[in-house]
Amino acid sequence: MVGKIHSVESMGLTDGPGIRFIVFFQGCSLRCAYCHNPDTWDMNGGKEVTAEELVERALRFEPYFKSSGGGVTCSGGEPLLQPEFLIDFLKLCKDNGLHTVIDTAGFGKGRYEEILEYTDLVLLDVKHVTEIGYKEITGRPPKEFLKFVSALEKANTSTWIRHVVVPGLTDGEEHIQRLNEFIDEFDNVEKVELLPYHVLGVNKYRKMGIPYRLDGVDPMNKKEIEKLKKIVRVG
Amino acid sequence: MQQAWKDFKEGNWTENIDVRDFIQKNYEPYDGDESFLEGPSSRTKKVWDICTDLLAEELKKGVLAVDAETVSGIDSFKPGYIDKDNEVIVGLQTDAPLKRMINPFGGIRMVEQALEAYGYELGEENSKIFHEYRKTHNQGVFDAYPEETRVARTVGLLTGLPDGYGRGRIIGDFRRIPLYGTEFLKLKKKEDLQKLKGPMNDELIRLREEVTEQIRALDKMENMAKSYGFDISRPAENAREAIQFLYFGYLAGIKENNGAAMSLGRTSTFMDIYIQRDLKNGVLTEAEAQELIDQLVIKLRLVRHLRTPEYNDLFAGDPNWVTESIGGMGEDGRHLVTKTSYRFLHTLDNLGPAPEPNMTILWAQGLPENFKKYCAKMSIKSDAIQYENDDVMRPVYGDDYGIACCVSAMEMGKQMQFFGARCNLAKALLYAINGGVDEKKKMQVVPGISKIEGDVLDYDEVYKNYLKVLEYVADLYVNTMNIIHYMHDKYAYEAGLMALHDTDVKRSMAFGVAGLSVAADSLSAIKYAKVKPIREDGITVDFEIEGDFPKYGNDDDRVDEIAVNLLKTFMAELRKHKAYRDAEHTLSVLTITSNVVYGKKTGSTPDGRKAGEPFAPGANPMHGRDASGALASLNSVAKIPYACVCEDGISNTFSIVPDALGNDFDSRVDNLCSILDGYFAQEAHHLNVNVMDREMLIDAMENPDKYPTLTIRVSGYAVNFNRLTREQQLEVIKRTFHEAM
Repeated sequence: MVGKIHSVESMGLTDGPGIRFIVFFQGCSLRCAYCHNPDTWDMNGGKEVTAEELVERALRFEPYFKSSGGGVTCSGGEPLLQPEFLIDFLKLCKDNGLHTVIDTAGFGKGRYEEILEYTDLVLLDVKHVTEIGYKEITGRPPKEFLKFVSALEKANTSTWIRHVVVPGLTDGEEHIQRLNEFIDEFDNVEKVELLPYHVLGVNKYRKMGIPYRLDGVDPMNKKEIEKLKKIVRVG
Repeated sequence: MQQAWKDFKEGNWTENIDVRDFIQKNYEPYDGDESFLEGPSSRTKKVWDICTDLLAEELKKGVLAVDAETVSGIDSFKPGYIDKDNEVIVGLQTDAPLKRMINPFGGIRMVEQALEAYGYELGEENSKIFHEYRKTHNQGVFDAYPEETRVARTVGLLTGLPDGYGRGRIIGDFRRIPLYGTEFLKLKKKEDLQKLKGPMNDELIRLREEVTEQIRALDKMENMAKSYGFDISRPAENAREAIQFLYFGYLAGIKENNGAAMSLGRTSTFMDIYIQRDLKNGVLTEAEAQELIDQLVIKLRLVRHLRTPEYNDLFAGDPNWVTESIGGMGEDGRHLVTKTSYRFLHTLDNLGPAPEPNMTILWAQGLPENFKKYCAKMSIKSDAIQYENDDVMRPVYGDDYGIACCVSAMEMGKQMQFFGARCNLAKALLYAINGGVDEKKKMQVVPGISKIEGDVLDYDEVYKNYLKVLEYVADLYVNTMNIIHYMHDKYAYEAGLMALHDTDVKRSMAFGVAGLSVAADSLSAIKYAKVKPIREDGITVDFEIEGDFPKYGNDDDRVDEIAVNLLKTFMAELRKHKAYRDAEHTLSVLTITSNVVYGKKTGSTPDGRKAGEPFAPGANPMHGRDASGALASLNSVAKIPYACVCEDGISNTFSIVPDALGNDFDSRVDNLCSILDGYFAQEAHHLNVNVMDREMLIDAMENPDKYPTLTIRVSGYAVNFNRLTREQQLEVIKRTFHEAM
């Protein structure tokens, strides 16, 4: 089975536990205002690779997975948009005893039960907690996201919630309280990570000639985010 | 048992010289964390403050002071102090801190050039002695060199050879002095001398002369110590004496020799035994124990030798490789980490980061987790630590070896090496293409090689020629080394260091290579892409590459195997030629900072590197070509075999930006430990770790005053960034810094 990937990173240290082999899947149907990987949006871009090849490459880093409790992370782009390939790859990883993570915005094409069967941990990127807010950030209504969320609840897969905090968009105590309410619905959330908005991806927009919607918005203040981290609760 | 050994467990060490046995019977492994450590004492602070000022002044002037009159020697200088009342450990190379001495035994020209460069002049008397009456190592070597060697030096095929300066890389077992006292050591040497009988051939005569020189050197050590008010003829009775006596041994070594690398050995766990005894007997406090180590380390930071600016191009930043090997495992499965392992590393906090002593962690999977974490913490904070894999070295060198220089392991007191710098593998490849003619100097260097014709380079044809070139180079390299070390033994013998070795010593001859990644990538380009030579007057001066090719540093076996085979082939060629004094051949992949000079002397290569551009250091992938992430880069280097091939070390320098290593300090520490465990689990040998941003280095280059203690690991040693030349700083900045996407 052939899939489309943007690239791989052999030493991911911030996307899941331990040292991780990260596969950046090509293609995403969301257009998040703050996305720092716009080069992974285009469904027709990227390079083709087979699931077997990819697992073989991941296995080369087994000594590091063992020493750190790490494994493989499927990120993107949106890994859920290539369900068949993703399932193939996750299955192969599990056959080889590798810990699997999907780093997703939960906006795919179905077959979620099957995907989650081979997934040890989900990093769920919650864009916003209101319908209007969600649409404002991603350009799409949250219907597909909610489908994935309900599958996730049913499968009871371990989950880390991630939420990008953008000044004026997704900050403020009130907003985080609403995020708490959303998280309370789950029993499988182990961790909540608030990620401060940064502007490191802006150059890519310039290079690619795409207008950047958050022009003029400053990076998230570090002190402010520490305050919010105290409010957010797990599960 | 004598009073000095009270409370120690007896063993073979009480009858014979056997420091390892003493350690194994008496040390206490420590599994706890760093919470017991103490800050610097007020005396330490006072002494270090004075040194800090002197160091700043030295940095401005290049050299603070030189004694151009007194010839180097174990007891030729009057005692010197920094701040006598506050020094707990005493002893300087000359009569004042940072004042350098002249050592003409390696070569008088080198001394004269260095003096001239810094505005000094050699006295008339010394000039006369060393020009007219006393031949030097350098002269001896050049009297015997064949024309082929001279040519290979001129073109930069063999570079950095110790033929004009001290060879170094010999570590005296300095622990023998505190444990036994020099009286006992002399007694044993005299017994050895008695036994050296039989037909008086070259070998036996030389050895008898050497042992006599060793006994004389021990007398001089006693003399020197006496001038500081200490009697080292008897064993040390407490921790302070143990550390002081040990340091006198080391000091004798650096007074006697201007070796490139003058390493300390493996001393911290030995010293710990004395410290533990004193702590238990209530005659020493933790703060006092730390004070002893801090003050020893201050002394080690002041080691200096007078060297020429050209030497500085090869080995930048005034390094002396005062390497101390810390940690590791014993053969019985107990780890060798003690509280003094921590105290040693803690000097980086108490005195601030510095390149010396060159702290080398002997990493093993079985080290206690607390210690691994502490090392990682200190690494992230100071960028002053290197790691070497005890699990691959222990099977070869046992559990009482030390590292000389950067990566060269040797059994303490039982083994020495003949240091051999390195040969340029990338240039050798160009000879395979150009019929043995040098691409820059246009001289015939290697005879009997056919010129490669045709528009596109053919892999098989080039490789066949390359083998022939390597065959020639190996022969020449061994011969050259034999001459160098014959003459070094004859004219600049390290009697003081060798007095602290067994008389029946093992010897290795340490060959080296530079340009491994350039050679491997070039061969890969020829094999997998289309490489067209661009010729001028029949000599290829540049290459045009069509298509992509696998590059070393991406965990791609197609090219990594080329690198591995190249080293195996070259090593096999070297072994065909007998080495002086039956030394065993070893090989390193290490460049120090000479990768810049090597690059300068080498024309464009088929991998796309342009003429004059620096090589990657050591076994590192070429800058920027390791594009598959940090671990893929590490995996490529991990494939280079240590056992039986590169037993003199494989150096890899790894730079990562803090944010890529983790979100916060604790996770960075955990992640660094995991990286080290994962890398070394694959039998990799060495890793220099830098956790820093490129932007900071650029800022430091422009504003050196803002970063007075900025220390970075280069290739096998650490260096104060401000002491690098601009060219070397730029090369360091160009290296791959691993960042996350």
